[in-house]
Amino acid sequence: MGLLSDPNRRQALIKLLTRLNAPICFVCYFAGVAWFMGLAFEPFTLRTYMSENAMGSTMVEERFPAGERALATGREFAAHKKKVGGMPVDWLVKTMQARGLEVFTQSFSRTLPFPDENTERYVVKGTNVYGILRAPRAPRTEALVLSAPCTPGDNNNQAVGLLLGLAHYFRNQVYWAKDIIFLVNEHDLIGMQAWLEGYHHTNVTGMDWSPLQGRGGSIQAALSLELSSDVVTSLDIVLEGLNGQLPNLDLANLFYAFCQKIGVLCTIQGKLQRNDWDSASGYNHAVQTMMLMVMKQASGRPWGDHGLFLRYHIEAATVKGVNSFRHYKTDATTIGRLLEGMYRKLNNLLERLHQSYFFYLLPSLSHFVSIGYYMPAFGLLAVILLLRALDLWVQLSAQPSRTEDGVAGTEQSNPGVLSVLTPLVISHLTGAALYMLPVRFQEVAVEHFPVSETEAVVLTAIAVYTAGLALPHNTHRLLSGEGTEMGWRVLKLVALLYLAVLLGCTAVINFSLGFILALTLVPAAAYVTPHVPKALSAFFLVALSPACTLLFSVFFFQELQEMPVSFQDGWLLYLSVIAQGMLDHYLYGSLVFPLVALLVYPCWLLFWNILFWK
Amino acid sequence: MAAHRCRNLACLLLLFLSVFLVTMSQETTLGHEQHATAVGDPQTGAETKHTAEKPRVEEKRWEETKVKATTQASDTAVLTKTQVNEDFQEELVIRPLHSGDIYASFQFRTVWETDFMKGNKVSHYRLFPKSLGQVISKFSVRELHISFTQGYWRTMQWGQPFIPSPPGAELWVWFQDSVTDVDATWKELTNVLSGIFCASLNFIDSTNTLQPSASFKPLGIGNETDHRFLRYATLPREIVCTENLTPWKKLLPCGSKAGLAVLLKSEKLFHSSFHSQSVHIRPVCQDRQCKSSSWELRQALNVVFDLHTSGQSKREWSLFKMFSRTLTEACPLASSSKIYIDVTDNPQEEQFELSPATPLLSQAVVLGDRRTFSVYDLTQQVTFGTVRSLNLMIRWKSSEGDMLRPLLHAERYVAGYGLQTGEIHTLMYNNHPFRSFPVLLLDSVPWYLRLYIHTLKVISKGKDNNPSYIHYQPSKDRERPHLLEMLLQLPPHSVTEVTVQFERALLKWTEYTPDPNHGFYVGSSVISSLVPSTVAMETNITMEQPLFSSFFPCKEESSYFARVYTEPLLVNLPTPDFSMPYNVICLTCTVVAVGYGSLYNLLTRSFQVEEPNPGLAKRIANVIRRMRGVPPL
Repeated sequence: MGLLSDPNRRQALIKLLTRLNAPICFVCYFAGVAWFMGLAFEPFTLRTYMSENAMGSTMVEERFPAGERALATGREFAAHKKKVGGMPVDWLVKTMQARGLEVFTQSFSRTLPFPDENTERYVVKGTNVYGILRAPRAPRTEALVLSAPCTPGDNNNQAVGLLLGLAHYFRNQVYWAKDIIFLVNEHDLIGMQAWLEGYHHTNVTGMDWSPLQGRGGSIQAALSLELSSDVVTSLDIVLEGLNGQLPNLDLANLFYAFCQKIGVLCTIQGKLQRNDWDSASGYNHAVQTMMLMVMKQASGRPWGDHGLFLRYHIEAATVKGVNSFRHYKTDATTIGRLLEGMYRKLNNLLERLHQSYFFYLLPSLSHFVSIGYYMPAFGLLAVILLLRALDLWVQLSAQPSRTEDGVAGTEQSNPGVLSVLTPLVISHLTGAALYMLPVRFQEVAVEHFPVSETEAVVLTAIAVYTAGLALPHNTHRLLSGEGTEMGWRVLKLVALLYLAVLLGCTAVINFSLGFILALTLVPAAAYVTPHVPKALSAFFLVALSPACTLLFSVFFFQELQEMPVSFQDGWLLYLSVIAQGMLDHYLYGSLVFPLVALLVYPCWLLFWNILFWK
Repeated sequence: MAAHRCRNLACLLLLFLSVFLVTMSQETTLGHEQHATAVGDPQTGAETKHTAEKPRVEEKRWEETKVKATTQASDTAVLTKTQVNEDFQEELVIRPLHSGDIYASFQFRTVWETDFMKGNKVSHYRLFPKSLGQVISKFSVRELHISFTQGYWRTMQWGQPFIPSPPGAELWVWFQDSVTDVDATWKELTNVLSGIFCASLNFIDSTNTLQPSASFKPLGIGNETDHRFLRYATLPREIVCTENLTPWKKLLPCGSKAGLAVLLKSEKLFHSSFHSQSVHIRPVCQDRQCKSSSWELRQALNVVFDLHTSGQSKREWSLFKMFSRTLTEACPLASSSKIYIDVTDNPQEEQFELSPATPLLSQAVVLGDRRTFSVYDLTQQVTFGTVRSLNLMIRWKSSEGDMLRPLLHAERYVAGYGLQTGEIHTLMYNNHPFRSFPVLLLDSVPWYLRLYIHTLKVISKGKDNNPSYIHYQPSKDRERPHLLEMLLQLPPHSVTEVTVQFERALLKWTEYTPDPNHGFYVGSSVISSLVPSTVAMETNITMEQPLFSSFFPCKEESSYFARVYTEPLLVNLPTPDFSMPYNVICLTCTVVAVGYGSLYNLLTRSFQVEEPNPGLAKRIANVIRRMRGVPPL
């Protein structure tokens, strides 16, 4: 650090950085993107390995025999479900009791802030049924959870059947050291949320639920099972949870290890693993898998019932049975054996899963990218903001020295405080309006316009967002004097540092979200000044705004899933994604909507303000 | 409640008289019942008359054994004096549970009329184990209760146990008031007991020792209730296994060679849903007037066998199936050796079938309820039949697994998420339809959970329930735990919820256990209560009763004493990542060195613009000038 204490060398370094600022920024940006794309290249990634000793070397045998019986139970469940027209609570209670479990129910109700058009629900009332297998000679301090959602229609009956079959089989075994909770939850995520809040006696989202009667201590791990056919061709594991949280990598390793052992095809993001990493298509495949994970993680929503467990520091994943047209089929007994093996290993755990990574990306199930490898990609993008800020700082500190003899220097910096503060406050107020208004004013909107509630909410959000673009005019009306050359520099300096901190914090919590936002916001932030061509830059800036990022992401996600959509459908999908994002926030406490509305959007408005600086 | 052992004729007469009285009273109660049932059904009336005669037969036998015991005593009276005052009883109670499981409770009792105190050196031991006798005299112990439990007693399915115990190890001791340094004695005692029972009782230190002010009163005789002489500790993490069972069995007079103890085979006892073994030492009265006291050693072992994991298709239990042994004899040293089977819910054998059938029936008031038991007296050769071995069989006929609604039960859990704060909820259920009753709640929380006592809330039926007595002792970091005792009135048919918030402390890195991510244990809450009884309780503690009904002394007829333990808690504390100390050290060192160093430099150095370096030519010129002795340029 002699470099900094030596004024000459410091001067030289700063001179270099300011002179070569633009090229360095370009290089950093492309290096960041290239680094990120390189993460999916197999030779650059690590093989997954089991870190937890308790699950690694210990041998377990899988002997679950009763797959056919489980499917029969599933059919019986389906019949009762159809008869009752919902969750057959009484039948489930009786069946679980007959299997020797302690059975409890929990009822819950929730009125959504606005109707959910995807699943067609507004007022949700339901009941969760769960049975606890008490481990012999265990003091009720630890538990494992196996859950299966009771979904309307013909879906997921086999999952419930298999769950009951496993419960019956597990009950007759002697080796359990942890209680096992078998949960059938109604209204998928809402029911799961109610159960978890009831179990931990918290109320994060204002849901009504009846208190739980039976508990099994602190839950160590959970699996959610989704199975809608008697045979499957492959099993898919879903890891992305609420706010982009991921379970410990050892859980994915465990699943992968048992798929290998038992000989079941396993996928992640619905993509099979390929061995031809050195070919272009193989690399393409890995990139696709990883990008899907990044998109899903960035959305911040739980992609399965497991997603809500992660808030409570419970490692959880969803296992989905996929039945495609492949020749090779796996029956229910094999899936049962796989789950049995996983639970026996989890049962062996002495400590919570903590040995392996919590922050990772998976280009395939056998390879992973740890936080140490992917963070430089983000760092290269974030450093652009700091370089631009340094450049501005040098310019700002150089200016007064030039006008040192005159009085103008001190006068010029005075309106700076006000000219920075006003846009800052106004843009944040707009952000707050974007956060509050859509749900608050849905009734008003429905009265005056011929739209449904959901449409009203989404369109209000878009309207507020667009109205925010008029911000520069409002700011200028409030400001007494003319904006000065120095004023916008100070404002941009503040905005750059603000964005750097914001993206930095986001990336630490949810790398994918931080990276995607950085990918679009950083060029805009680096480029914008009042002296660039207005119309073109305005278009450029809008195209890089958070809302458009979301729009591109929707199309890109569809493209990755190999289900491209037309622009019309894409637009509709975009509207429903906005509604879904808000619902995720109000129902499960997802933080992406408030983050974008209250922080990212105001920050972007600051740059918009700089563009129209007078 | 002393044994009826006599040395002279007067005593014998007195005994006959009391036994006669007991018989009379039992007959009268039976007579009432008989009358009631006879009105309902004349056929069963005849049967009840038949059974009503059985107790008399049984009582007769009891008399006979008494006489026999007396003759035995007079035979051995030529030996030392102390041997005569010893008595050993053993009994096994089997209660078939609704869930299809089975509960077996062994109790062994040794009573010895001796005095360990006042410098009296006792050196002749016969039935009473010497190791424990020495402990009593060395540490001036007045009462000692120790239990080792693996598993949690499921009150909702199994009802109340005869002797309750929390998961893990529990130890509570009353010292004589002659002890001056109680803490030092306690420390030493725990280490000695740790050796005797092969358990980690040496982990008991000041951070988990309590002095409850009200919850643990002496169970034996004695007026001293100054809680300065009481120490209580639990180790919820203690694992109980064979190595604890073996020393426990060695304390028995017959070991595991004869009597009921032959059934105690560890491979079966630890293949169960619940296992608990305990040792209780206390002074008891010898007779009704309580003129002289004697020491009682009770060893109890409770075990619950699980129907499902036993891997049987038929719902059927037998001694052989449970313990992989049958009984062939009583312990020769025992004055009484009996097996009781709870048949209260099964008067007409509609629930289960018992074989071999026994003519003996007995009634006892236990846990606020009058229960009927089939009795097998092992001191009688006829019990073993022609095959000379007793293998009791219970065959279930009906199957129902409904949850019970015990009058009092409790549960506890940790609420909240994250590693900063949390909330402990303790729920106490009073399922009595119309009577409220008082309970004493004892909560002990380790110091690393910092209780916010101002957030303490007691709510029943939606309203605040003000405790009539609160004893709270705040914790001291690394020295002593929180102690919270409350006397609460539970309203009828209600749930009372006690909540208190806490903050999780960050420990020093050496204070973490080797498996810190497993979590830290918080011991069970103890709920002691006087539960309303459905029948009149027996308050005369010296009367001859089966062992299982005479553990807790009963002071009044309308209620019985019950103790309920909640489940222990497993709480995660904020834990550093111990797997990368090297990385952490490197990172912190680098940050400190680079960051601090350069900042320090910038702050303390005065910066001056250095004169530009002289050019190469000038330097060469200067060198030449110096050589010439001319001042440089």
